[in-house]
Amino acid sequence: MSAAVEPAADVVGGAPVLSVRNLVKHFPVRSRGVLRRQIGVVHAVCDVSFDLIAGETLGLVGESGCGKTTTARVLLNLQPATGGEVHYNGTDIASLSAKQMRELRRELQIVFQDPYASLDPRLPVNEIVAEPLRIHGLYGDGGRAAVRDLLRTVGLKPEHGNRFPHEFSGGQRQRIGVARALALKPRVLVLDEPVSALDVSIQAGVLNLLEELQDELGLSYLFVSHDLSVVRHVSDRIAVMYLGRLVETGGADELFERAAHPYTQALISAIPLPDPRKERARERITVIGDVPSPVNPPSGCRFRTRCPKFAGELSESERRRCVEDQPELIVRGQGHPVACHYAAAAQLL
Amino acid sequence: MPEPVTPPPVSGPAAEPSTAAEPTRPAGAPPEREFTVSERSQGQLVVRRFLQHRLAVVSLIVLAALVLLAYVGGALWKYDAGEITPDNSVAPSLAHPFGTDAVGKDQFAQVLRGTQISLQIALLVALFATIFGTLWGAFAGYFRGAVDGTLMRIADLILTLPLLAVAAMLGHQFGGTWWLVALVIAGLQWAYVSRVARGVVLSLREKEFVEAARALGASDARIILRHLIPNALGSIIVNATILVAVAILLETALSFLGFGVQSPDTSLGLLVSEAQTASVTRPWLFYFPGLFIILIALTINFIGDGLRDAFDPQQTKVRA
Amino acid sequence: MTEPVFEVEDLHVTFPTDDGLVTAVRGVSYRLRPGEVLGIVGESGSGKSVTSLAVMGLLPATARVTGSARYRGRELLGASDSELSSIRGKNVAMIFQDPMTSLNPVYSVGYQIAEAVRAHNDVSKQAAMSRAIELLDTVRIPNAAERAASYPHELSGGMRQRVVIAIAMANDPDVIIADEPTTALDVTVQAQIMQALETAKTATGAAMVLITHDLGVIAGQADRVMVMYAGKLVEAGSAEDVFYTPRMPYTLGLLGSLPRLDQKSKQLTPIVGAPPSLINMPPGCPFTPRCPLAQPVCDEIEPPLAATTSLDHLAACHFSSELVEAKPDDVFNTEVADTKALAEFVRQTEGGP
Repeated sequence: MSAAVEPAADVVGGAPVLSVRNLVKHFPVRSRGVLRRQIGVVHAVCDVSFDLIAGETLGLVGESGCGKTTTARVLLNLQPATGGEVHYNGTDIASLSAKQMRELRRELQIVFQDPYASLDPRLPVNEIVAEPLRIHGLYGDGGRAAVRDLLRTVGLKPEHGNRFPHEFSGGQRQRIGVARALALKPRVLVLDEPVSALDVSIQAGVLNLLEELQDELGLSYLFVSHDLSVVRHVSDRIAVMYLGRLVETGGADELFERAAHPYTQALISAIPLPDPRKERARERITVIGDVPSPVNPPSGCRFRTRCPKFAGELSESERRRCVEDQPELIVRGQGHPVACHYAAAAQLL
Repeated sequence: MPEPVTPPPVSGPAAEPSTAAEPTRPAGAPPEREFTVSERSQGQLVVRRFLQHRLAVVSLIVLAALVLLAYVGGALWKYDAGEITPDNSVAPSLAHPFGTDAVGKDQFAQVLRGTQISLQIALLVALFATIFGTLWGAFAGYFRGAVDGTLMRIADLILTLPLLAVAAMLGHQFGGTWWLVALVIAGLQWAYVSRVARGVVLSLREKEFVEAARALGASDARIILRHLIPNALGSIIVNATILVAVAILLETALSFLGFGVQSPDTSLGLLVSEAQTASVTRPWLFYFPGLFIILIALTINFIGDGLRDAFDPQQTKVRA
Repeated sequence: MTEPVFEVEDLHVTFPTDDGLVTAVRGVSYRLRPGEVLGIVGESGSGKSVTSLAVMGLLPATARVTGSARYRGRELLGASDSELSSIRGKNVAMIFQDPMTSLNPVYSVGYQIAEAVRAHNDVSKQAAMSRAIELLDTVRIPNAAERAASYPHELSGGMRQRVVIAIAMANDPDVIIADEPTTALDVTVQAQIMQALETAKTATGAAMVLITHDLGVIAGQADRVMVMYAGKLVEAGSAEDVFYTPRMPYTLGLLGSLPRLDQKSKQLTPIVGAPPSLINMPPGCPFTPRCPLAQPVCDEIEPPLAATTSLDHLAACHFSSELVEAKPDDVFNTEVADTKALAEFVRQTEGGP
């Protein structure tokens, strides 16, 4: 474990710690009333595959309702998958017994989005951080000291350990959440929108903390977020998700400099830059309308109903392919996998 | 349309409203800016909000006085509950503040003893029904599905039983001692508690901190006992308070019908029942225990109200 | 120089609470010139929203508001409700973060826009309705005529916000106050709403106060920028002044805290600590405990908002001259974890199970 962490940028050949294959998650939609018949299915995650390589940060980015959070939940076996497989170091997590799964949770931890809701309001901070140790019978004699160390590690004062979560600010609470996740010395951290609820000046502190922890501890991060700027900042590789499917994956710089999927391009050009001259001079690609319902996703390419390319550039016959043919996530000549029949790299920044 | 602009009530500079309130600090140390208000724990907030409910506070004082009177006063009073005095059927006087009955028992001593028994029954009911009902409801709400279905159908079944009839029957079979009466009432009341607990747990289980516990590898029992029930405690305590009042009234009703506490011991209900024929001729025998019942039930209900407000998370917030 | 359409002077807002007075806004002054976009940026609790709610008389009755707010010379603070109503909606329109707060769930959106038109104009119902459809079309709602019959709950968040913008446009206002208009929305929808707002501004020629925590939105839209911290303006100037040559350490730290989409990842410079409590504030600069430049004087005297190198670029800092040409990482520390504790933790991890 003490081996130096490989620089993970653009790693291709590293060993995956976590590997996801053809993951599918459906939620039933039931009618109201007594019978509660199933009247439809929410296609939350469809055929999602990716690898998380040891020591790297993989950013999973998309808008609300795209299935990124569900993916994270299924990955941690907090919700059962409808189809597909998740392997942790070669073990299929679906095949584990409840007891084995509890053991595996020591290696695979999560930091939640909402620092207000994710900490038990009735427990003092010491107890919140000690909880994982107690659950796994590791508290013993050294537990108190371990909790103090953890609090110091994430930049909190151990003297404040007797306080309750509501006495802390959002950023401090998120640090408590990080300390709790670290308590079991995991190998993989799933970060589910860890800074979305925080103000900018506070958010930067948490991001830097996460980076330092990764450098020192060799952790692998799956960083789930809707914020493209944050994702670019922290990630080595990025996967873009739209309506349950991955539409484009690639190295962070590669993806931002040569975005090839119209959705990725629209996302990038929708983010305003905090730079007046640059921002006013930018050329924009805007999408039309709203995200369709995942209960009844469009046939073929799911993005076609909002796609500026589909609406503006393609001929009638070209469009037919978008309607009928689901584009696969494969390399199409832009150097990284894109799920668009008419992918073309664009420089937007 | 929204509220009108409030005319500024204070003239003068509003810029430094806090200079007077500035905490004293050693010279040279920078002023504390992040925490200028002393923090309050959840418990302190609850107490503070409870104290703002005037009726509840008054009720709490009255109830505490009643409890003290029943236990301390009962021990100190010159007559014992069953003791027969030479005076029979005398109206309230200094010697017998609540008068005496036909055989010469001091009614004040009787009422104090009756209050003790009634309160004990009520507390036991609240304790048993709350513990059992909470666990029952929490498991149902946490597991949902078939477990929920089965557990809650059983609870519903208990709720459909005609309370007085069953209590009367059971009381007749096992009744007599005060704690058996309490068990019978608790056996019928826990189902209400389980419904409340289930409702609260159903909403709590969706909270992220529960998912966090699961992600840490916590077992279901641990999640329920360590995370869900402590967080449901507010609603459960409010419910338990109301249950005390309900139990007092149920005990009264049972004893009144002759299925509750049996003579020679006594309870408030039994006292009222025994005095019902005397309500016109010797009204003190009837009205004093009745007054105590009403006082206890009323104050506990108000305290319950106060607690409900105190635990209500929707506090006024300042928009900033 | 042109007459300002909207003028706020020395605005103070306090709320009494159990713990003491919350001073939400402390002495905010600004002038809005015709047609310009004034951006107010700040983090949560900085008082940026309260400022605009106060001038429009939309705060709860417990709030104490002092100072002055004038629309074309007419004083708004202390004005009667009917007087305010005649200005709100007609001359000054407001757009809030949550469109549902401004829409009535039981009327169709077309009806609500038509009502807004008729509230301040004497036109027939049909004329108002066709104007409503026209407005929906202007904010790019597809099939405007059909959509006019929809109820708010039938629309997505982005659509609703566009309806609110259409209502705001209905009476050709001189001033639009937009309070976090895009915060609750997805990024692609945010971009659509910003376009709709620009359309509204161009169509009505109104000046706009744009309140947001998003520095990117401000950079793209605002002619002038005001930065708020702990209820006070701490920096004001043209967008270029504030973004390229900030003179208040807070602004500099804020810019350094932002991960940039357009740059390869580099170390962020967070501001340590958290914003101060607004209750019982001690004298001195509220940013002192988080400020790398802080000196003893900062705890004693609160610096006024004063001109820096140019008269239009104001900053509230005793040491603003030290920030000339400063980059965030010259001033702020980038380390966040307790390195010693972290090293110890690493040692344990490696030695442990």
